[in-house]
Amino acid sequence: MGFEKFLFYLFALITLWAAGMVVSRRNPVHAVLFLVLAFVSSAALWILMEAEFLGIVLILVYVGAVMVLFLFVVMMLDVDIAALRAGFIDYLPLGLLIAGIMAIEIFLIVGPANFGLHAFPAPAPAGTDLNNTRELGLLLYTVYVYPVEIASVILLVAIIAAIRLTLRRRPDNKYVDPARQVRVKKGPDRIRLVKMASETPVPVVAPALEKESDE
Amino acid sequence: MPFDAANLVPILPEIAILITASVVLIVDLYLKDQDKGLNHSLSLIGLVIAIALTGAVGGGERQIFFDGNLVRDGISDLLKGAILVVSILAFIYARPWLKDRGMLVGEFYVLGLFAVLGMLVMVSANSFLTLYLGLELQALSLYALVAFDRDSKKGAEAAMKYFVLGALGSGLLLYGISMIYGATGSIELGPVAQAVAAQGIANKVLVFGIVFLVIGIGFKFGAVPFHMWVPDIYEGAPTPAVLFLGSAPKIAAFALAIRMLVEGLPSLHADWQGMLIILAVLSMGLGNLVAIAQTNIKRMLAYSAIGHAGFIFLGLLAGSQQGYAAAMFYAIVYAVMSAGAFGILLILSRKGFDAENLEDLKGLNDRDSWYAAMMTLVMFSMAGVPPTVGFMAKLLVLESVVRIDLVWLALVAVAFSIIGAFYYLRVIKFIYFDRPAPDAPILVTSGGVRIAMTANGLALLALGLFPAALLSLCQAAFAVQ
Amino acid sequence: MTELWNALPLVIQILLKITAILLPLLGLVAYYTLAERKVIGYMQVRIGPNRVGWRGVLQPIADAVKLVMKEIIIPTKADKTLFLMAPMLAIAPAMAVWAVFPFDEGLVLADINAGLLYILALSSLGVYGIIIAGWASNSRYALLGAMRSAAQMVAYEIAMGFALVGVLVAAGSLNLGAIVAAQQGGLFSWFWLPLLPLFGVYLISGVAETNRAPFDVAEGESEIVAGFHVEYSGMGFAVFFLAEYANMILISALTALLFFGGWLSPLPQVWVDGVFLLDDGFHWLLLKTLFFMYLLLWLRATFPRYRYDQIMRLGWKVFIPITIVWILVVALAVVYKLPPWWSV
Repeated sequence: MGFEKFLFYLFALITLWAAGMVVSRRNPVHAVLFLVLAFVSSAALWILMEAEFLGIVLILVYVGAVMVLFLFVVMMLDVDIAALRAGFIDYLPLGLLIAGIMAIEIFLIVGPANFGLHAFPAPAPAGTDLNNTRELGLLLYTVYVYPVEIASVILLVAIIAAIRLTLRRRPDNKYVDPARQVRVKKGPDRIRLVKMASETPVPVVAPALEKESDE
Repeated sequence: MPFDAANLVPILPEIAILITASVVLIVDLYLKDQDKGLNHSLSLIGLVIAIALTGAVGGGERQIFFDGNLVRDGISDLLKGAILVVSILAFIYARPWLKDRGMLVGEFYVLGLFAVLGMLVMVSANSFLTLYLGLELQALSLYALVAFDRDSKKGAEAAMKYFVLGALGSGLLLYGISMIYGATGSIELGPVAQAVAAQGIANKVLVFGIVFLVIGIGFKFGAVPFHMWVPDIYEGAPTPAVLFLGSAPKIAAFALAIRMLVEGLPSLHADWQGMLIILAVLSMGLGNLVAIAQTNIKRMLAYSAIGHAGFIFLGLLAGSQQGYAAAMFYAIVYAVMSAGAFGILLILSRKGFDAENLEDLKGLNDRDSWYAAMMTLVMFSMAGVPPTVGFMAKLLVLESVVRIDLVWLALVAVAFSIIGAFYYLRVIKFIYFDRPAPDAPILVTSGGVRIAMTANGLALLALGLFPAALLSLCQAAFAVQ
Repeated sequence: MTELWNALPLVIQILLKITAILLPLLGLVAYYTLAERKVIGYMQVRIGPNRVGWRGVLQPIADAVKLVMKEIIIPTKADKTLFLMAPMLAIAPAMAVWAVFPFDEGLVLADINAGLLYILALSSLGVYGIIIAGWASNSRYALLGAMRSAAQMVAYEIAMGFALVGVLVAAGSLNLGAIVAAQQGGLFSWFWLPLLPLFGVYLISGVAETNRAPFDVAEGESEIVAGFHVEYSGMGFAVFFLAEYANMILISALTALLFFGGWLSPLPQVWVDGVFLLDDGFHWLLLKTLFFMYLLLWLRATFPRYRYDQIMRLGWKVFIPITIVWILVVALAVVYKLPPWWSV
């Protein structure tokens, strides 16, 4: 128990520290990397709570895919932090005041008075036989099948919206359809030999030849 | 546990909408640019089928499906029907605008249908989880619709604001839900209500959760002080998108409030009543006062939407079945009025021109007297002038407030609605007593738009003369419980 | 002997087990590099390295010594911390993955239920080493390489993940040991046959995930010099190298485990029961793994490099649809108990 507690506080501290660094680092790439760290340590916290499926999926989905793309974007963009921070100091006192009040209120409600061990005693460890993934899957596809289906529609909408907002057909694109490339046959499809006398000057190369050379 | 196919019966309207959206999505791929009108027809057919299915599976006792995630009762039947009808109007009005701007593409219909689907899910939700997911489905589709004109900077800005504030609202709502879950141990509305009744007001966590729920609901309604997004989005977004997000989603937001507060937390009525009173007074006040100063009609209608949200809250906070029925009546009527108002704006727009300012309505009577009459009906109804239905709606919510001895609140509401009447009547003055701009062309509209607008306008009059038709349905929906 | 082992504290036991896994692995990596040069050499009718030791067998050691002795150069304006951290981020997941890898029945460091998920999660972390290396180097070539690699790894991870979903549907478990157990019954009971499309997708995605030819645009020496590790020298470079080869071995071993029955013998159980070397055992796994390792070298020697847009197209538009369709097929086969694989 003692070691588990130690691990909990260790990962909790790392999570908090990393979260603090996310908002305080000047370099956006560093901020994103700290966010990754925060995700990884919260995944560790979940695993400590015997929610190993959620913990691993957090790493797989958020750290392994979402944050990679996020990092990708942040590296490509030249985010001007100075411009974003203009007025930061001016608003800081008000922001701190409100944040402080909120933090106290939340602590009073969410703190040990209402959610302490007396209200929610620690559940007995489930043991190593319990397959978290299996249990979750069974529940999701029986009791919660309706919400799961709605969530899948939400994802579909996200895809459609993202494509609608970003996909533009560009007429000047040099892209060649791979199916056409594959279909090219040996012989006249690829190259056309033009017989010509070697000494008389030829005005222009046949335009058809240029077109073929694209493929 | 074997799956019971009987669960699928009550969601047949949703399934119809989902199938329609998927069909449009795929058919659109194979349509040539000049044939894109087929998307429109398919969507309307889908909506009509959904209405028919709603009628077919509706009625009868309240039933719960999908292990408590879904409910089918009088409220869901009526609201589903209203949402579908209003959405049909919206699709019809939007078509010419989209066509003129080369935006008559499948995505508009797909996103619109998914927004409708989200609203349908919300009104028949029986757990906080389903409510939230329906809300997100609707919101996500609407964000995309607001940004639909992707070359428009204003549209992109509006979408960004809508998205950020909408996400904030959803976040607060979710936080509130987590508190409720923490205190009651359930996300299903029925068990939550029982647990709350057992614990009562003693549990501070519940009250804390309610604060966040009400904030979330306020955000979705656009009630003061969570209204900041409304005017900017109404102004910046393309008019068809505003038509979509300004009409039917108010019905869905009403459902959100009814399900969460009335069905989930009925015994904490005293707590949320106080919060709703504040929201109602502020919304009616700020909405109606600031609307006077607007020259942009979309902005004006935005502030008017804020004011109307206050009136809907009046019915909700009464806490009586009569009050809920009145609020429901108001929400449905407002959605129809709003669809009509934005429909007229779309009719006034043409290729390369968007009707946005009050001046654009000048002399509408000289250009097309029938549409002028319809717009007058809409404005009268919004102002609450008898014999239009707006008057009945206002009267009913005021009555419910008076019945719980909040006479001062009723007086405040009357005062603000009189102030509000000024800017609605000003629109009518522009329509009838001003000359049209010299370069204003004749209004050309298709037969479908004219029929829809006629139905829309006359419905407001007819419901005003014979309110019992809709009102009895509203009252029946709440009487069953 | 067992008493002595049991007397050791648990931490020491685990450390010893880790060493027992990692040391042979690193040795294998070292000689894999030599094998690569030799095999490709012979395929191209060259001899390959043959100077150090008998026929060049000491070459990897010479290479290691050379790399250790070299200076680690940090480019100007590079992000020093991240620059030094990147190789470690690349190698740590490549090593940690082996914790749940079963080498024989019951012979596994950590027998966890969600073994397959763990492997997926950790192999998805490997990309950070590459991206950070590319960004921290303060070099255009490196950044370009990192970008290509990030896009490629995210794209192929989905296909790879879906292929593994097919495996877990077929086996009904995420535990690697249970997945092997589900393939009991000889060559044609292994999953490669019922999951043939997924096997193909998995193997090719595995090559893409490890940034190997013909998917090595992230390095693309003829276009962007060496991609993400262009600025690395000495041990930094060596560690990236180690990570890449360790990942290749992992992909080969996983293919053997998930689609080719792991330590199971290809011959029917009744023939080989108890027969020395023909019965199930670690040697079968090793043999299969070595075959796939060889296949990866073979691919490199055979195919020209893909163009970037072709890679993206293959990942998103070909592999992902194939895997989705085949997951459906497998699910139906499992539900309706398609013989001979799911007849029980």
